[in-house]
Amino acid sequence: MLAPFSWIRPEPWGIHVVPADCWIDPARAVDRALVTHGHADHARGGHGQTFATPETLAIMELRYQTREGAVPVAYGETVDLPGDVKATYVPAGHVLGSAQILLEHAGERVVVTGDYKRRPDPTCPPFEVTPCDVFITEATFGLPVFTHPPIAQEMAKLLDRLAAYPDACVQVGAYALGKAQRVIAELRAAGHVDPIYLHGALEKMCRLYQDFGVELGELRLVADHDKDDMRGAIVLCPPSALNDRWSRRLPDPITAMASGWMRVRQRARQRNVELPLVISDHADWGELTRTIEEVGAQENWITHGREEALLRWCQLYQKRARALALVGYEDEDD
Amino acid sequence: MEEFAALIDALVFTRSRNEKLRLIAEYLRQTPDPDRGWALAALTDGLDFPAVKSSTIRKLMQERIDPLLWTLSRDFVGDTAETASLLWPQPDAPPTPPSVSETVAALSAMNRASVMSELPQLLDRLDPSGRYALLKLATGAMRVGISARLAKTAFAQAFAVPVEEVEEYWHGLAPPYEPLFAWAAKGEPPPDIASLPTFRPFMLAHPLEDSVVDLADYVAEWKWDGIRVQIVHAGDETKIFSRGGDDISATFPELLDVLDFPAVLDGELLVRGSHQGGEQGGAASFNALQQRLGRKTVSKAMLAESPAFIRLYDVLLLDGDDLRERRWTERRDQLEKLIARLPAERFDLSQIVEARDFDHLAQIREGARDDAIEGLMLKRRDSPYVAGRKTGLWYKWKRDPLLVDCVLMYAQRGSGKRSSFYSDYTFGCWDGDPEQGAELLPVGKAYSGFTDAELKKLDRHVRSNTVNRFGPVRETTRSLVFEVAFDSVHSSKRHKSGLAMRFPRIHRIRWDKPVEEADRLSALKALIRD
Repeated sequence: MLAPFSWIRPEPWGIHVVPADCWIDPARAVDRALVTHGHADHARGGHGQTFATPETLAIMELRYQTREGAVPVAYGETVDLPGDVKATYVPAGHVLGSAQILLEHAGERVVVTGDYKRRPDPTCPPFEVTPCDVFITEATFGLPVFTHPPIAQEMAKLLDRLAAYPDACVQVGAYALGKAQRVIAELRAAGHVDPIYLHGALEKMCRLYQDFGVELGELRLVADHDKDDMRGAIVLCPPSALNDRWSRRLPDPITAMASGWMRVRQRARQRNVELPLVISDHADWGELTRTIEEVGAQENWITHGREEALLRWCQLYQKRARALALVGYEDEDD
Repeated sequence: MEEFAALIDALVFTRSRNEKLRLIAEYLRQTPDPDRGWALAALTDGLDFPAVKSSTIRKLMQERIDPLLWTLSRDFVGDTAETASLLWPQPDAPPTPPSVSETVAALSAMNRASVMSELPQLLDRLDPSGRYALLKLATGAMRVGISARLAKTAFAQAFAVPVEEVEEYWHGLAPPYEPLFAWAAKGEPPPDIASLPTFRPFMLAHPLEDSVVDLADYVAEWKWDGIRVQIVHAGDETKIFSRGGDDISATFPELLDVLDFPAVLDGELLVRGSHQGGEQGGAASFNALQQRLGRKTVSKAMLAESPAFIRLYDVLLLDGDDLRERRWTERRDQLEKLIARLPAERFDLSQIVEARDFDHLAQIREGARDDAIEGLMLKRRDSPYVAGRKTGLWYKWKRDPLLVDCVLMYAQRGSGKRSSFYSDYTFGCWDGDPEQGAELLPVGKAYSGFTDAELKKLDRHVRSNTVNRFGPVRETTRSLVFEVAFDSVHSSKRHKSGLAMRFPRIHRIRWDKPVEEADRLSALKALIRD
């Protein structure tokens, strides 16, 4: 008999499901890929077959202009893979279409979270706890200093600042896939009905969300409007456009950034952010540790982020854990 | 404490000076006494709680969190107080924040033993922002990017009083400055400071630019390259203040027991240098003086090697008389008389420069050899001593700057209204013959000396000639020559080029000049004066 879990093998460029000869979120083109969500460091193009949720496939199509080899898998659906491996896609609560992948083989259950969060998000279904034997988790915010505040509090901060400076605008740097749409949806939930202005790079992804039925209200493109139209308005742009030439077209912009990193003052200052909004699509320290407890796995494998602290926590609480050295995952502008 | 914490957070994230002033002014107007006075003291570094140190915070945290998790967190955050504010266990009960005054009283009452139980009680009553403000307040390093001067300016702005008057009263008062608020906010009589050694705002000069003055109306003096100071003796105490009004007495102990009559004197603080004589007598260059600045304690060796003295320019108050309304000529007479009452090794007079006419003066200025001379001062003979810069009274006429041709190497985005422009430039000189494969070594950084139109053009140049990006910094191709002006150059171990320029700025942008023709490092090294 083979050693437990030997059918699933972490390699530097992805997690290899050996009997099915397929890879989870591989960093290079493979014949068969299981993709958890559409962020570029997880969803790369050029695979022979790509198993992903319809939303993730649509996002990948937008990015790579091709649907070739796309195999849609709905939430809750189980697909049979070669080598007697079953894969089930379970909501991860990270962004539209994001999934955890439950792999079953030889009576063993392995969950790969991809990226996930436990907070409610109006743009995607919530994370579901899936008991398993091996839990392969992210650790982007794997330090005990990271406690994401309630999002309503951050929205209030943003709207208060906007109200205090009616002749200016607040430009919010937000990651183009997920964060931007979540911020818009949360603003709507907070009762903000005014048009929201977008940097061109965010337009298509917002339309895609709307096509999947996410309500984002009236969106306008900055490029179509004069400076004065945007006074008193919220403008969303990718983080890279903050403080760059692009923002010269905005009326007295106040620089905000929606990111979990904003919890740390110096990170905000380094980016010249005047209004840090602590909003993350990743699990914070409390969620990471609570989830490890809830899934109750025999082993926890930690993929990327600040794995050292999470390993230490597992050690302190007598949970088996190891860090995987995967390449290619980035500290995205979350 | 919530309002104070919100102010601290807002200041941390605000880049604009005007916005910082507005934030502080609003806080001072809306907050009652004595909270606002304690807050003002915190912002101006006027509080000290010896029981609370950074190590105290570390110890407290190590009782509450695994040491490895603490270290990993501290390394990531980069600031002990902030890390602790984020890691402190959130109490179950809703926070009941103490007032600033209550906090200050509690912190003052702590000793090294009690701090371990009493500081946690305060922390338990605050949210993360409040805990951050508390720990910063307690350890005395606010790091919110404001100077004491800016806080005083905000105070003046808050209550529409002249900042010069605020400065006058400030040094005679202690936190929480209630008499100052009573005067500014409630219209009560100003605090009485006559018997206190307090700072009086300096009179400053405008650059002469291209004007010509008549020497019948103006007198010329050397402008010395030291630091402008005010030495004050009142009520048996001597204090030395820097140009910004900071008390720097502790840095120059040799000057604290040499003035024994009530006076306020304006002069240049210099250190004696053995290697430079000059007829004015032994002032070393600024680099020698710099070794003594910013020290809280001064070694005996340093006192012996680089003793400080003050070259007097003016007298503001003497033996109880305020001379500031009098003419410069009258004050000068008084100054020349009082110098006899002062020890010669600690004081001398800034000499008047005699010239037949303005052209003659220009020649004298050109011929000045002493490196401790920064240029000339021109003072109206009938000028009163007034705070700040008043047009037409005093002019500074600096020596022509030194010039060197450098090559642009890196550019960094500016802040504030320049935030989207590459406006800070690092430039270098060749370490040999560029035709023979010599490299550029960075020699300085400048962010002034060009117009807005030039800035736009430079920004475009940087963007279209980028070869590398490092966060907010871009490395450019070696394609543009700057004629850089600077006041002096000194040797420096901290820089790879082995030298440091003083006040470099862009003099001209040489779009026309081939980079190979920029200067060599050896040319710059030849100008070093230490």
